[in-house]
Amino acid sequence: MNSRETTLARVRAALRDVPARESANPRDYRSCHVADEPTVLLDLLHENLVDYRAHVHRTTPAELPATLARLLAARNARSVVVPAGLDRSWLRDVDSALVSDNATLTAEHLDDIDAVVTGCALAIAETGTIVLDAGPNQGRRALTLVPDHHICVVAADQIVASVPRALPRLDPLRPQTWISGPSATSDIELDRVEGVHGPRTLDVVVVIAPALGESGHHATTT
Amino acid sequence: MSGTYLGMPAFPTAVRASTKDTQLRANLTHATHTIRDKRAKAVAELDDWAQLREAGKDIKDQTLHHLDRYLLQLETQVTAAGGVVHWATDAAEANRIVADLVKAKGETEVVKVKSMATQEIGLNEALAAEGITAYETDLAELIVQLGDDLPSHILVPAIHKNRSEIRDIFIEAMGRWGRPAPDGLSDNPADLAEAARLHLREKFLRAKVAVSGANFMVAETGTLVVVESEGNGRMCLTLPETLISVVGIEKVIPTWQDLGVFLQLLPRSSTAERMNPYTSTWTGTTGGDGPAEFHLVLLDNGRTATLADEVGRQALRCIRCSACLNVCPVYERAGGHAYGSPYPGPIGAILTPQLRGIQSEVDASLPYASSLCGACYEVCPVAIDIPEVLVHLREQVADQGGKGHRLEAAAIRAAGWILGHPAVLAAGERAASKTRKLHPQKSPGPGIGPWTETRDLPEMPAEPFRDWWKKNRSPKEGR
Repeated sequence: MNSRETTLARVRAALRDVPARESANPRDYRSCHVADEPTVLLDLLHENLVDYRAHVHRTTPAELPATLARLLAARNARSVVVPAGLDRSWLRDVDSALVSDNATLTAEHLDDIDAVVTGCALAIAETGTIVLDAGPNQGRRALTLVPDHHICVVAADQIVASVPRALPRLDPLRPQTWISGPSATSDIELDRVEGVHGPRTLDVVVVIAPALGESGHHATTT
Repeated sequence: MSGTYLGMPAFPTAVRASTKDTQLRANLTHATHTIRDKRAKAVAELDDWAQLREAGKDIKDQTLHHLDRYLLQLETQVTAAGGVVHWATDAAEANRIVADLVKAKGETEVVKVKSMATQEIGLNEALAAEGITAYETDLAELIVQLGDDLPSHILVPAIHKNRSEIRDIFIEAMGRWGRPAPDGLSDNPADLAEAARLHLREKFLRAKVAVSGANFMVAETGTLVVVESEGNGRMCLTLPETLISVVGIEKVIPTWQDLGVFLQLLPRSSTAERMNPYTSTWTGTTGGDGPAEFHLVLLDNGRTATLADEVGRQALRCIRCSACLNVCPVYERAGGHAYGSPYPGPIGAILTPQLRGIQSEVDASLPYASSLCGACYEVCPVAIDIPEVLVHLREQVADQGGKGHRLEAAAIRAAGWILGHPAVLAAGERAASKTRKLHPQKSPGPGIGPWTETRDLPEMPAEPFRDWWKKNRSPKEGR
């Protein structure tokens, strides 16, 4: 018997007392814990991201290019890597050198690049999480990992309330990175320190359709 | 401290030293109290915590009850997605598989994501014996590795070290493993983290092979999930060309949607966060993104033996959050090393003796490394009744005999005979009452001697109850 068969035989022998029929799992937990309304979700996402030391900025589609240019200039980004499918018009005001992602760009190359701008698959308000699924405007996983500054653009209608609401909208066959604040550690006396191996600065830019932007508190930067 | 759990003394001996280490006590008290207070707040944010906990418990139980089916489904899905699945019945076989895979790539070093499974099988030592250096990349694991030390906590392996001890380790050892610590390194946590970032980045960028564990494996889709904070996990999981994940067979969950339960339970229970900074999921390989080769090593190593115990199998529900360590009065005073295993604290006290068996003195002592106060059960996000399993395992240890237990068995036999002979019992009670002034308050060993070092024996009443009853409540008096 090989190890696969041995293990499976041991499992089956161990479970002799278990009836063959499965009982249904109780699923009476809540699918979300907040009012599922756009302004509530936007404010909660904002609050939770800030709580984990991400910088959150609210902008409109028209102001997005200026916002991105300002954020990159504020960190003196000389170079920015751009996923193949990112809307280039977002970066029209940017002064930094734009590096298009391609197969020849190694991790060493990425280590010399200051920043990356991406979109996202969705964002989760209750946990302050943005989810990347390697979609065209996010690119491969290394892009958002090696450069020290990540700017992630979230459309307000991409915000979902909770983890259970997010999962059905995501394709498990795509590689995913869920990001809640910048890289952090609590390994030294449980003091939280930002920035160990991943990007030390996370800017989340929420793009709000004008009507919603007026009702929420506007263009807050932390 | 040398980097192996082998040959460590049994818990009662180990704690005699560790409880007198005032630095260790101070470091541990600070750390465990900080995290337990934060955790309570994070859990209180979700008013359906009890329902989530029940769902987590039931999903895990259902999976364990049909584990063969879920493992086969997982294997099919991982293979379909371009991964290769290996099965390992024990530590030696798992280590052999990993070493052969690394050697087949012609490599002599690997980067590692913190993983309890690879700690359990002693992978780093096994690879070293084959001429392969394994670099730990989690900050706490790095501290432990550089310090030639052992992890003492599931989540925060260097919890027993404070900032100045960590600074000293970095200054002393970083240069031997790679990039030295910066000159004039302070003990500020941010500076220490920065030193680790620089030291490890050169390793991430050149590594061709990475080794990880996984927090969850989704049977339905073949997806693996790693939950972390620092980004070292992401580095290892995406930059190298080959990824080898060593995962216990109990880590499988049925469906993608089930993550909705565990990604709420785990971060809040472990680091007291709404969500950990980084979660990575991958399904086999993805062309042009991440490793071109993915190997999954499914590890038994005592898990099927644990599964066979109807009471003890609930320990396999564990999602390694470590909440039970942080509330345990015994762990807080004894420290993690005293448990003689990578799994310390209450969960370690039931998991280790089940995975390894209770034949050795170390493993037989672990079910007693508890006050049975039940705090661990209260905080467990998958409701493992740790006290129940502890008592169950104590019974097994007692049944296999041993010094203390032979004495206990003789005492119980004697008591049984006396209770079966009422006249003897009555005579004995009267004699005991008459001589009560002569009874010592403490029992001289052996047996209950150590127990009465901190407790008085009960006082003997002036007369036996049966005599008192005859005098005061006799039916002849018509009461």
